[in-house]
Amino acid sequence: MVKKNKEEKMSKKITIDPVTRVEGHGKVTIYLDENNNVKTSRLHIVEFRGFERFIQGRPYWEAPVLVQRLCGICPVSHHLAAAKAIDVIVGAGTGSDLTATGEKMRRLMHYGQMFQSHVLHFFHLASPDLLFGIDAAPDIRNIIGIAKENKHLAVMGVMMRKFGQEIIKATSGKKIHGTGAIPGGINKHLTIAERDSFLKGKDGQNIDQMIAWSLEALEFLKNYQKENRDFIDNFASFPSNHLSIVREDGALDLYHGKIRAVDANGEIILDGIDYQNYNEYIVEGVKNWSYMKFPYLKHLGKEKGWYRVGPLARLNTCDFIPTELAQKEFEEFKHYTKGKPNNSTMHYHWARLIEVLHAAEMMKQLLNDPDILSGELVTKGEKQFEGVGVIEAPRGTLFHHYRINKNDQIEMANLIVSTTNNNDPMNMAVNAAAKEMMNGQTEITEPMMNAVEVAIRAYDPCLSCATHALGQMPLELTLKDSNDIVIDKKRT
Amino acid sequence: MKKSIKKVSFTIDGKKCTAEEGMNLVEAAEQNGVFIPTLCHLKSVIPSGSCRLCTIKSNGRFMTACTSKVQEGIVVENDIDEITDFRKLILESLFVTGNHYCPSCEKSGKCTLQALSYSYRIMAPRFPFIFEEKEVDASSPKIYLERNRCILCKRCVRTIKNKDGKNYFAIEGRGYKAKIILDPDLAMEMTDEEALTAMNNCPVGCILKKEIGFEEPIGNRKYDNAQIGSELTIIND
Repeated sequence: MVKKNKEEKMSKKITIDPVTRVEGHGKVTIYLDENNNVKTSRLHIVEFRGFERFIQGRPYWEAPVLVQRLCGICPVSHHLAAAKAIDVIVGAGTGSDLTATGEKMRRLMHYGQMFQSHVLHFFHLASPDLLFGIDAAPDIRNIIGIAKENKHLAVMGVMMRKFGQEIIKATSGKKIHGTGAIPGGINKHLTIAERDSFLKGKDGQNIDQMIAWSLEALEFLKNYQKENRDFIDNFASFPSNHLSIVREDGALDLYHGKIRAVDANGEIILDGIDYQNYNEYIVEGVKNWSYMKFPYLKHLGKEKGWYRVGPLARLNTCDFIPTELAQKEFEEFKHYTKGKPNNSTMHYHWARLIEVLHAAEMMKQLLNDPDILSGELVTKGEKQFEGVGVIEAPRGTLFHHYRINKNDQIEMANLIVSTTNNNDPMNMAVNAAAKEMMNGQTEITEPMMNAVEVAIRAYDPCLSCATHALGQMPLELTLKDSNDIVIDKKRT
Repeated sequence: MKKSIKKVSFTIDGKKCTAEEGMNLVEAAEQNGVFIPTLCHLKSVIPSGSCRLCTIKSNGRFMTACTSKVQEGIVVENDIDEITDFRKLILESLFVTGNHYCPSCEKSGKCTLQALSYSYRIMAPRFPFIFEEKEVDASSPKIYLERNRCILCKRCVRTIKNKDGKNYFAIEGRGYKAKIILDPDLAMEMTDEEALTAMNNCPVGCILKKEIGFEEPIGNRKYDNAQIGSELTIIND
């Protein structure tokens, strides 16, 4: 008995709870062996809400407005994914089966969302680590610190986000939780005044300024990468599969397409899959230490079938980007890894900013399209009893699946949220970062804790979405022995 | 020979008003630019006085304005603290006895209960929520009956009838067990127009016409740009 206690005391557990500067509430546990080397690490998602259950019984047309409430950062993604699933149920079809106005207004909303969400993540959540370094004092390593140190960068972040939010408001009625997408289409056009304000707005609130600022943000990041190449390329990196939807011709398409997955070497492992059949290819695994599921590709199994989603994965799966400036950046991105998939966790930031530029270019295209000002809003057809909607949300591929009964009530809902798809990869990243920073260390310092969070943060996880919850996020790290007795505790 | 209509004079909160004798006080007040809030009353429908929200003081006595007829010389008190608090109490009671969830309600922005609650600046009810389980009836082809939001105003019972004059809706049970029901046989023959009228007459989001969801954009809904009753008078805190 005594011997056992001695052995237990030699094994330690570190907890980071909650993880900061991410959306939602999670914690990290790191298990150390007797030599203070990392044995294993886990990102636990400790929230639970249960949207899939309590939406049962609600009328199907309510889904796009109700389910988006599971997130305040990317509600548009849920709004549109649900609307796409309900389009199938009302017989309106998918993608370009909608009217030109219906599809283009939704796309405009979506690119506005992609733009503001990516900007929020880069400027408000990630840039403090890049500008000050991951070992800087926490009291300056935040957006207020950014505003003091580099006012232009902070203002740029705020103004870009504002632009995206205004696009969302113009297309859905509200900046957060609007009602624009309805079964089979959209409920409004853009007015000429609204369009002109985005094309020619004063004080930098116009689309050309957004494109210029997107390029400037990319330059800022690329300069940082040049100076920190070793860290950016290698920190928390690991080979993986990558999955997203792509347009039929292989182009990056954030709104609609078919499922494609590639492996770590770029070999295609799934392609041209109609997402209505997603559950023939993707399985959701569960583990007893997290409320977040662990999806994987059925034909590759649990061990080899997990995959990454999000900006990095999308640039690894697509063949090209259908806008001029973003395509140039994409070519540079692909050239960096000699055309092979980029498996560097920290390059998520690079891919994300290329998508910011692409979203801005797409918004410009759509704002100049007359279909957003007039035309039929809604398509309807023969009612179906089941529908799947998939969209590329800022954080990755988002699946909404609904089945209704003969009384028009939802009887089954299944959501595979972007962050859920990244569950295994985030655990891999945590493990890699923990090993790199903590192996053999006798004292756990705040920068070590932040390094683990930096790895998670690269994925821009939305833990609220993933388990469908809310939470506030001070950081707490606890050092425990294997009997769960606290040895040391630090809190920011 | 045409009967002459007698006009009477009266006051509301000191304001001199005139109206046709016999008109109900809600409509008489409206004609004179004064807003008396109601939930159960509908113009040209026989008043039922069931929601009590239009309670005023007429010559010092509490009365429901929708069931009171205007008379010569009456002194009406409407916008006074005592009545405002009473109305807030009614609105708050309705929130705690129902299960109202505005964010995903089709009627949000055009719901009378929501609009009045904004007008009276109700931030939170003073009573504890009951969270009573209420059954939804989605079995009819045209109507989704969301009883969680029903305030038993009986507008639907009084106004929605088929071509033979039969009621589609009725109240079943009494007291706290009372609930709105839809005749299952008649409901099979309900027209789209009748279903839409039922939805529009409902002051809350209880009666929803199926397959209509959020077609009216935010910004164009009835109460998006102007507070309920604001075209008449401003309601004080």
